[in-house]
Amino acid sequence: MSLPAMIKLKNRPVDPEALAARFIALENHEITHDRLVWRMRTNRDEAIAGVPDWQELRELASQIKEHTLTHLDDYLEQFEENAKNLGTIVHWARDAEEHNATVHEILKSHGVKSLIKSKSMLQEECGMTPYLEKRGIEVTESDLGERIQQLSNEPPSHIVVPAIHKLRTDVAELFAKNLGTDGNNSDPHYLTEAMRENARPRFMKAGAGMTGANFAVAETGGFVVCTNEGNADIGASVPPLHIASIGIEKLIPRARDLGVFIRMLSRSALGSPITQYTSHFHGPRKGGELHVILVDNTRSDRLGSDDFWHALKCIRCGACMNTCPVYRRSGGLSYGATYSGPIGVILDPGLDLSKYRELPFHSSLCGSCSEVCPVKIDISDQIYKWRRVVAEKGLMRVSKAVGMSALGKVLPHPELFHAAELAAESALAHTPRFLLYNTLNPWGKHREMPAAAPQTFRQWYIANRRPK
Amino acid sequence: MSARDAILTAVRRNLPVPAVPLPDAPCVAGQKLVACLGYSGNLHTMPKVQHSPNVEAPVSNFKKQLEAMGGRILEVAEATAARARVAELFPAAKVVCSVVPEVPGNRRVESASDPHSLNDVDVGVVRSTLGVAETGAVWLTQNELVVNALGVLSQHLVVLLDPEAIVESMHDAYDRINLTASPYGVFMAGPSATGDIEGVIIHGAQGARSLTVLLMARDAKKPKP
Repeated sequence: MSLPAMIKLKNRPVDPEALAARFIALENHEITHDRLVWRMRTNRDEAIAGVPDWQELRELASQIKEHTLTHLDDYLEQFEENAKNLGTIVHWARDAEEHNATVHEILKSHGVKSLIKSKSMLQEECGMTPYLEKRGIEVTESDLGERIQQLSNEPPSHIVVPAIHKLRTDVAELFAKNLGTDGNNSDPHYLTEAMRENARPRFMKAGAGMTGANFAVAETGGFVVCTNEGNADIGASVPPLHIASIGIEKLIPRARDLGVFIRMLSRSALGSPITQYTSHFHGPRKGGELHVILVDNTRSDRLGSDDFWHALKCIRCGACMNTCPVYRRSGGLSYGATYSGPIGVILDPGLDLSKYRELPFHSSLCGSCSEVCPVKIDISDQIYKWRRVVAEKGLMRVSKAVGMSALGKVLPHPELFHAAELAAESALAHTPRFLLYNTLNPWGKHREMPAAAPQTFRQWYIANRRPK
Repeated sequence: MSARDAILTAVRRNLPVPAVPLPDAPCVAGQKLVACLGYSGNLHTMPKVQHSPNVEAPVSNFKKQLEAMGGRILEVAEATAARARVAELFPAAKVVCSVVPEVPGNRRVESASDPHSLNDVDVGVVRSTLGVAETGAVWLTQNELVVNALGVLSQHLVVLLDPEAIVESMHDAYDRINLTASPYGVFMAGPSATGDIEGVIIHGAQGARSLTVLLMARDAKKPKP
């Protein structure tokens, strides 16, 4: 397994269990979150049932992505050439720092003091907003969910609906404090309208609009942004300057390939046949200027990993999050990372293994994520493989490592296993409660240990079924 | 080494092997996706779930999908009816910015107009050259919008569409359009929407609060001057 520069060992680990406990402790949040997120999953099921050949579409999408990634150098060059021919200014950035510095440089050279942006997971990943704010640029998120998260000083908790972990009353309180609304009015219509009224003047005064990109088309040199609010379109069509951040894995070869991905994206995400706005940008608009920044930030390292390069196929639909039993009950903030849910579990450790070493264990390995993935990423297999990487790097938490290493010694030896089995059974029957239900045994939290059977399966088999 | 060369060098060094061939992209109406796959795994031997393929005519399916996306669709016979419809739907509109000859507005827009000047538009009226039945989307480019911001700054948007211009699927749509012919092109399916607060669907988040498609043949009688 080659994971050269992907491995960083500098940051303290996030503790998803503790963060999840904090979310679960909030009144009504867990149950509402579970209901809302699962509804997106069932909406997705209904939407894809109406598409004949959905499985063929998945296979086609997967092959197109794999083809692109195995020829990525060619497609990047092709995209750059075609984009330049359309009058787009193309920049390249090796990492987050280079991306942020490039954005700042463009803004500075145009005298931009105020920036309006639409949702971009890549810009989140790069920590762009705090970087620009530190340098005196006012940054406004124009997507409602992202704006809620920005005002809360929190990362998005979901890649499609960033504030889905919040109740309407949380938003009412937040907007009362920041936008001057009535804190007792938590009607989502009222709050959405308040956001609209607050955002319009910001669109009008912004010196630049920023977007991400869902797809970049090598053949045409343009890119596609999908939103439901139309906020990316306002940001791109009102200020004179449009800057788009594009991860190098977003490339697809042909315009026609868009048909495959656009049919799948919103159906997988929310269950609608398409996002309300699917916007294509090919060169600067009349009187405008267009910059794109092609960003690597560990993607080329991941490309070289046999086990993990398929994660680069991701189209950021969030279907894996919506189906995940762990995500639904623990909330997106429990991952303590830019990307949450199953896709986060396999992306985040690649950005910082030390910090995200616990995430691969924040999963039940049920495999549902792999089943719903529209581009057939082997998500659950990769979660398992990340566990192996964590163990091999000696980053397992002590309580897990002790249990695992004991199992490793006992399981290969039947006689040791039988002895342990009998000892456990007797121990379970005779252990005082305070030893089983204490803070060192997480399995004792929120559940009673099962009553032990009167005999082990092996004892029963020997007595009843073994050929005499 | 420049960032560009460093990235391309790293990508080349790390390209996964073996290279995967490019499958055909589906492009014509009704073509089975299977035909596009060079794939010969066990996919095709698996029992197929029986879906009812969409046999509805494109126009009625377009209508159904657009309404599901929160849009409104009305059939109008000719220009006079279109004008009457717009007046009837938006009686309080002060600024109507139309870029189609069928419906006169009271705000002119030219390609050199500053997009900021459209912030007070109550109703924008444009014509789309393509509709997509499977998604209820209309295709608009800078050529139709004149100023791109008209499509998203208008409080309400009215889109004229010839029923003959409705195709079945997104595959058909991408087969028809030339993306490089305009710096901006958007598939708009209904009005602006959000579900960001507890999943409650609300129209008019940032873009148009409503989207009305007027189905009208392009060669329908023009109003007399």
